[in-house]
Amino acid sequence: MTKLTDLTIAEARKGLDRGDFTAVELADAHLAAMEAHAGLNAYITPTPERARERAAASDARIAKGEAGAMEGIPIAMKDLFCTDGTRTTAGSNILGNFVPPYESTVSENLWKAGAVMLGKANLDEFAMGSSNLTSAFGSVVNPWTRTDAPERKLVPGGSSGGSAAAVAARLALGATGTDTGGSIRQPASFCGITGLKPTYGRCSRWGIVAFASSLDQAGPMARSVEDVAIMLGAMAGHDPKDSTSAPVAVPDFTAAIEQGVKGLTVGIPKEYKPEEGLSPEIEAIWTRGMEMLKDAGAKTVEISLPHTKYALAAYYIVAPAEASSNLARYDGVRYGLRVVEDGDGLNDMYCKTRAAGFGAEVKRRILIGTYALSAGYYDAYYLKAQKVRSLIAKDFKDAFDNGVDVILTPTTPSAAFALDEEVTDPVTMYLNDVFTVPTSLAGLPGLSVPVALTEQGLPQGLQLIGRPFDEETVLRAGRALEKAAAFTAKPRLLEG
Amino acid sequence: MDATVAPTYVLTGETGDWEVVVGLEVHAQVISAAKLFSGASTTFGAAPNSQVSLVDAAMPGMLPVINRACVEQAVRTGLGLRAHINHRSVFARKNYFYADLPQGYQISQYELPVVGEGKVILDMPDGSSRTVGIERLHLEQDAGKSLHDQHPTKSFIDLNRSGVALMEIVSKPDMRSPEEAGAYLRKLRSILRYLGTCDGNMEEGSMRADVNVSVRPVGDTGLRTRCELKNVNSVRFVMQAIEIEAQRHIEIWESGGEVEQETRLFDPAKGETRSMRNKEEAHDYRYFPDPDLLPLEFDAAFVEGIRETLPELPDEKKARFISDYALTPYDASVLVVDRREADFFEAVAKGRDGKTAANWVISTLFGTLNKMGVGVDDSPVSAENLGKLIDLIADDTISGRIAKEVYEIMVDTGAAPDAIVEERGLKQVTDTGAIEAAIDQVMAANPDKVEEVRGGKEKLLGWFTGQVMKATQGKANPGMVNELLKKKMGG
Repeated sequence: MTKLTDLTIAEARKGLDRGDFTAVELADAHLAAMEAHAGLNAYITPTPERARERAAASDARIAKGEAGAMEGIPIAMKDLFCTDGTRTTAGSNILGNFVPPYESTVSENLWKAGAVMLGKANLDEFAMGSSNLTSAFGSVVNPWTRTDAPERKLVPGGSSGGSAAAVAARLALGATGTDTGGSIRQPASFCGITGLKPTYGRCSRWGIVAFASSLDQAGPMARSVEDVAIMLGAMAGHDPKDSTSAPVAVPDFTAAIEQGVKGLTVGIPKEYKPEEGLSPEIEAIWTRGMEMLKDAGAKTVEISLPHTKYALAAYYIVAPAEASSNLARYDGVRYGLRVVEDGDGLNDMYCKTRAAGFGAEVKRRILIGTYALSAGYYDAYYLKAQKVRSLIAKDFKDAFDNGVDVILTPTTPSAAFALDEEVTDPVTMYLNDVFTVPTSLAGLPGLSVPVALTEQGLPQGLQLIGRPFDEETVLRAGRALEKAAAFTAKPRLLEG
Repeated sequence: MDATVAPTYVLTGETGDWEVVVGLEVHAQVISAAKLFSGASTTFGAAPNSQVSLVDAAMPGMLPVINRACVEQAVRTGLGLRAHINHRSVFARKNYFYADLPQGYQISQYELPVVGEGKVILDMPDGSSRTVGIERLHLEQDAGKSLHDQHPTKSFIDLNRSGVALMEIVSKPDMRSPEEAGAYLRKLRSILRYLGTCDGNMEEGSMRADVNVSVRPVGDTGLRTRCELKNVNSVRFVMQAIEIEAQRHIEIWESGGEVEQETRLFDPAKGETRSMRNKEEAHDYRYFPDPDLLPLEFDAAFVEGIRETLPELPDEKKARFISDYALTPYDASVLVVDRREADFFEAVAKGRDGKTAANWVISTLFGTLNKMGVGVDDSPVSAENLGKLIDLIADDTISGRIAKEVYEIMVDTGAAPDAIVEERGLKQVTDTGAIEAAIDQVMAANPDKVEEVRGGKEKLLGWFTGQVMKATQGKANPGMVNELLKKKMGG
């Protein structure tokens, strides 16, 4: 029999309903794996007691025939989602001991559907990063390694690096992520799993520690397109507590995925083949992806998204600007870290608390954002970036209006890099997001599906981008790609 | 304002005459059950930090959701200020750090406020009117309160007020004297209270004013540098602050100096203004549209629905009082300041002589209420009874003099005037026989004076009237007494 930790969510659901195993057994198997691979540092706060308790409750509901869509499924919760009574750190010292007295809407939806929380997954501090190197709780280790340097530890990507590593290393059947500029898709690609950033407004942001409000979106990370569809169905829905949550119905995403791609038009944006940066290897994988979709009956057309080259610059204005304001609440006054000495005034407390509480990348982005919003610079930076953002959204709209159903691109310009690879300047790090950021700025759904291994034996994903609130077509195309790619490789960590 | 009107408030300096230019930014707390972006209660005076939602405390991941009732109140106020209503407006974040500002920003409106230009008509004491332009009205969150007097070294924070809806009402720099600024504040407060959108209590801080003051030589049309006096909390203080600040400016300009743009505090105890922060120290609020909120949009039907529920406002009421009750503009403006007082007056005046009713209400009743320190709702004399009292005078049941007596008894007992008159036998004597008898008696007792009158000393007639009134304990109809006296003296 397949190991319990190797099951997909869909398989596990069937097994639970058939009584092949219990939710408690399923949770225990994952808790054991978490202990065995604690060195990956995928979890900041494991919650084994809570997991067993919830799993037992799931078993009771399954016995009564009241199983929800995620009943008994053990998952990792990115530590950006506030969880009632369970420490929520956002990967930051400033919230190092913060225990929320409330539950985020998305996590609440998952618990209502029967999901079982294994623990809070590691992440880049305040979701700012593409490597998980910025977490105050230590880096996450990618379970994958290069064939030419198997000892060298690799990053899992970020910011949802703990979530991606946990799913790839079989420390959870699925995980929640959040994506602001690529934080679900890039680590999914680095770790060889499937991750979806839904349309902005599809999932409620209520109770998710905010990074950049106009971009943040929660989404599922799992080991198959079907699993992602199941999870998304449980997570999504209009929430009156989030004014930006869209009042649209949640379709049955799983019903759409097997419909195939026959007759679909797949757009191939020429601007994603940069003269320099995109390696021939990644380009080859991209081409293979096109062939796979064509073989499955889709038509590919070259399209132009002319403002793509401005996306990264615009993103690194808009996101830090919003972050500089969103993170002002961490001031040591009401909750979280407070650093103050006798005789200190209010400003001393602010400075000491925030100096000690925030890491370098967070401080950098607060400074960039504050600068971009300052009097005299607002028009040149923030306003201009917003104009670029509109143009980028229009690029996509034009493509879809011209008959394109879904767009195929690489997820990342390269596969996972090493933990100890010196990142000389932050801009190089920001380039990781070059293919994911335009989708984020346009608020569109983007799915990363693992398609192949690179020459160094590392997974590489391709990204599918769809119309607003048309996750169904994205998942359909993703399923076709998944079938054709038949990506079954596992991290060497799990071999033997 | 009309530039051709000569300034009425002129400050004489050493180099010449100056006029003051004043604009006001009024923060009016919106009357609503819940806060602007959260469901927490807004009741004043609750125990500290007992009315704080997760949103008000800016817990991680919390999001604002606009309270429709507050938007309705803002639109209602805009309509009351005859202002342009913007069907699309945008909430923006005003970023600054302070201990009682949990989010580290205030959600406000910046480039696109919910209400645009409007006007307020001032009723000046001489009965004339002035118009002050409204620049805009926008919705924003109030901050919490810092309490610095609870502990020797620490400050305490009360977040009950955090997130309560405020309307910031910005006037144009149209006022030219402390009196006009006072009249503007009183009129604005009156309109807000009529509309039921703000209780206007400056003492409780539910209405606060920032005062922008500059001066210029009489005849100049350009504006000179202004200073902003923050959070002045009474009409009287606003008027004092303008006077003092204007004087300070004139002294600086006349001594060859330059007024610096800055934010200042008015200290009523010392009678001075003090610098809070200058231009260099001014905050850079880094305004940007709040990404947690969609633009605020509504249609014309929403506005019309609110317009239909508007009460008659002070200006319309004043015009109607002048035409329906033949009141002077001044009396009408006094009566309409408070809606309940206006209603009281109307109840008294209905079907009676308006001027008489206005005299009784303004000169007599308001005096009584002032002395007692109560509002018209707690008046010991009801409108119905005051009306009856006026009727008793009109139909000659009692004289005006007796009416004053009856009124005092009404104040003391709350009883109806007809019952008092009946019970105390104060009915005016209109029986000719009884009056004649009294006259005969007085004439018989004073034959020498009768001779003097008959000899041409007509002035003495008044003395006789008084004696007759005295003999009838004031109940005789004075008109009849006069008439009969003349007849008898002549006969």
